[in-house]
Amino acid sequence: MYEHDVIVVGAGGAGLRAAVAADEAGADVALVSKLHPVRSHTGAAEGGINAALQEGDDWELHAYDTMKGSDYLGDAPAVETLAKDAPEDTIRLEHWGMPFSREEDGRVSQRPFGGLSYPRTTYAGAETGHHLLHVMYEQVVKRGIQVYDEWYVMDLATTDEDDPNDRECHGVVAYDVQSGKIEGFKANQGVVLATGGPGQAFDHTTNAVSCTGDGHAMAYRAGAPLEDMEFIQFHPTSLPSTGVLISEGVRGEGGILYNNEGERFMFEHGYANNSGELASRDVVARAELTEVNEGRGVNDEYVHLDMRHLGEERILDRLENILHLAEDFEGVDGLIEPMPVKPGQHYAMGGIETDENGQTCIDGLYAAGECACVSVHGGNRLGGNALPELIVFGKRAGYHAAGKDLGEPQIKTGYGDDVEDETDADLPVAPGASGLDQSGGVAADGGVTADAEGILERTVEQTREQIDYLIEKDDGVQHAEIRAKLQKAMTDYVNVFRTEEGIKKALKIIRECREEYQDVYVDDPSRTFNTDLQQTIETRNLIDVAETIALGALVRNEFRGAHWRQENQIRDDENWLKHTLISWDDGEPSIFYRPVILEGEDKTYEPKVRSY
Amino acid sequence: MSTQQQKPETQESPDDSEMNGTESPQQERLEKKERSMVDERSADESDLEGDTVHIKVFRYDPEVADKQEPRFDDFHVPFKKGMTVLDAVMYARDTYDSSLTFRHSCRQAVCGSDAFFVNGKQRLGCKTQISELQQPVRIEPLPHQEVVKDLVVDMDHFYDQMHAVEPYFKDEDTPDASDLEEQRQSRENREKVKMSTRCIWCASCMSSCNIAAGDNEYLGPAAINKAYRFAMDDREGDEIKEHRLRILEQEHGVWRCQTQFSCTEVCPKDIPLTEHIQELKREAVKKNLKFW
Repeated sequence: MYEHDVIVVGAGGAGLRAAVAADEAGADVALVSKLHPVRSHTGAAEGGINAALQEGDDWELHAYDTMKGSDYLGDAPAVETLAKDAPEDTIRLEHWGMPFSREEDGRVSQRPFGGLSYPRTTYAGAETGHHLLHVMYEQVVKRGIQVYDEWYVMDLATTDEDDPNDRECHGVVAYDVQSGKIEGFKANQGVVLATGGPGQAFDHTTNAVSCTGDGHAMAYRAGAPLEDMEFIQFHPTSLPSTGVLISEGVRGEGGILYNNEGERFMFEHGYANNSGELASRDVVARAELTEVNEGRGVNDEYVHLDMRHLGEERILDRLENILHLAEDFEGVDGLIEPMPVKPGQHYAMGGIETDENGQTCIDGLYAAGECACVSVHGGNRLGGNALPELIVFGKRAGYHAAGKDLGEPQIKTGYGDDVEDETDADLPVAPGASGLDQSGGVAADGGVTADAEGILERTVEQTREQIDYLIEKDDGVQHAEIRAKLQKAMTDYVNVFRTEEGIKKALKIIRECREEYQDVYVDDPSRTFNTDLQQTIETRNLIDVAETIALGALVRNEFRGAHWRQENQIRDDENWLKHTLISWDDGEPSIFYRPVILEGEDKTYEPKVRSY
Repeated sequence: MSTQQQKPETQESPDDSEMNGTESPQQERLEKKERSMVDERSADESDLEGDTVHIKVFRYDPEVADKQEPRFDDFHVPFKKGMTVLDAVMYARDTYDSSLTFRHSCRQAVCGSDAFFVNGKQRLGCKTQISELQQPVRIEPLPHQEVVKDLVVDMDHFYDQMHAVEPYFKDEDTPDASDLEEQRQSRENREKVKMSTRCIWCASCMSSCNIAAGDNEYLGPAAINKAYRFAMDDREGDEIKEHRLRILEQEHGVWRCQTQFSCTEVCPKDIPLTEHIQELKREAVKKNLKFW
């Protein structure tokens, strides 16, 4: 058994920042990640980091833009914390050596991004995430922070009180991918989940193969609710064949979208008369699909993004990476022809419910980054707001887990007096656990409260049994088949445009996937680098997470941010200024709501019509 | 087991102009790189449509009886326009043999996980169009590294070398939170380090380097490039730069490089690695002259 004060699961931007913060606060911290840190998907982020750095800009404008972008589903204390902390944390990256793009006077460059009232997106070419990831990893190396890389965390070691608010998390159980060895990792002060997004629940996604919602699923089964899962961002500019992302920076620099008739549809068809291509991402994604659905798509599938008029010099200076991506993954030369683009799953606004210090309702369990929902992004994340979220809330979670006082949070977590139950959801099938469930969630010990070591040992034992079972089983279904079916259902029915009927179909298919998963087996008998095993466990996580996305999408019968419903195409502030929360409840999920907090430090954000 | 002994099938001796040093510009080599890719094209994509692609994949697992002796498995994968080497091995795994093992993650040439030895050359699987390769396409783990299983190699040595150059900014007096001011950096200086910061740690360069193959302690092109990234960044002071050069001019540092350009040749991010190494040699000489 390994033992540290703070265990951080996942080593992308948020995890690395959390580890550095915990180290700064004096804790003995370790990173446990299924990938070596530099392989993490933060590295694929292109656009930049929103931070009010310049004169003429200030954090309040950033907060206002973020709240408007969220379609008034962001919690003001979280939004304001992000906007206030971002400048300092961005400059800190600069001091750690981040190679930001520069102005003539040597200051860091900033550029316009969608939904921003001021050009405040700080960037390093079109590969900002790559540099952020490497700079953060350098800081981890500098501090000598222990990294367990290629260790796959399978479960949390959590106590099993009836009320999740009373539970405590004492560590994690992981196996060493290279050797197959299973070990407990005891966390004396806290576990920080920073496992990234669940994009692999969809089949056309900008996300890496590793983005399987592991942290979401583990926290959910341990009793922490998942919040606003229905809000999935579809990025307007992904390459049609692979889903590779083309940065919003292209439009930020002046790139233009055209339909097959050569019309600049964002203006000519009135989708966003003021901001055009730089409207919020949800607006542009819907516009593109509407063009395609109405027969104005190129090859009936995509639209064109043209940046040729920017000129070779400017493109090479600020967007060079885009030329490589378009060439390598679509065979298109962005200097001489427009690039084909279509919406692709990109980001989950929802996630594990936390407060502004990264804490969940389970004592000692934290979450930060894309796997968490603070909630900063509400119904729609603005471009350039993911990277500041990683560094700001990664830092806060790391500090808090290490015992640093960050003040009393204003955001509440877990089931409590302030929530409202969903009582009449019309579910086509029962969600949740099915038959013999292969993953325990909380360590059920029949009420006998064991000490931390005991709980950890028991979770290790359960994990060992689960792995043995999967490897020793000789036939059945393989994960790839189930995963493909799940991804197709999500992309067919829980995409940009959603209908009640479609979402119900998706829930039924998810149920089928669950039932088929009862018969899943791992063909590869080896304990050495068994990716078959790892993907089989990831697939189970994807099923749990996809189900919460579909459940949230079904109950929220309104149109807000990235979530569009055919049956009620208006933002319904009277009924829906509230977060959707889904709790695993030991295998019988329940849904409840918590009101959004629109009261900021010294002003209230009144919901306004969101036009761009 | 190790692939240490395997000789790359198509290893070319570097041509004379390159042997002579640093004169040939990056651009010229990029063009040459491009040309060699075109030469290898076995057929137009359209010729392959509706066809299958024949891949031969290296297999080895120390634990599984019939895989303890390394072997090649043949797979015939339906061709789709735009298919990459990574797409092909993923298809083979998901359809024919779920135990086929390789690292991969982002699918867009930034995570650096899927460097393989493809038809005798280090390449990123996700960035290599399969239609541009001679069939059968031979896919092996990176040479000169211990094989863990199938296409997965042990990266520990590579990471050790990367860490050996103290790969972090040595800005010891970061001001405190309240009055953080950004440091200024000229556009020229940012441009100077730009290419070096693109490294994705895929280890293709290290695997292609004859010197690294023969001298396990040689820092290798990626680590030296990492050091270059800091040594050339004006935001670090002169004293720190001297410290960095001292690390680089040790016995297994920059002087081991024999400018064969094999690293530059295979780098998927087109980093002029050999030029960076040469430049650091010059810097090291200049520094030593200063103290005479």
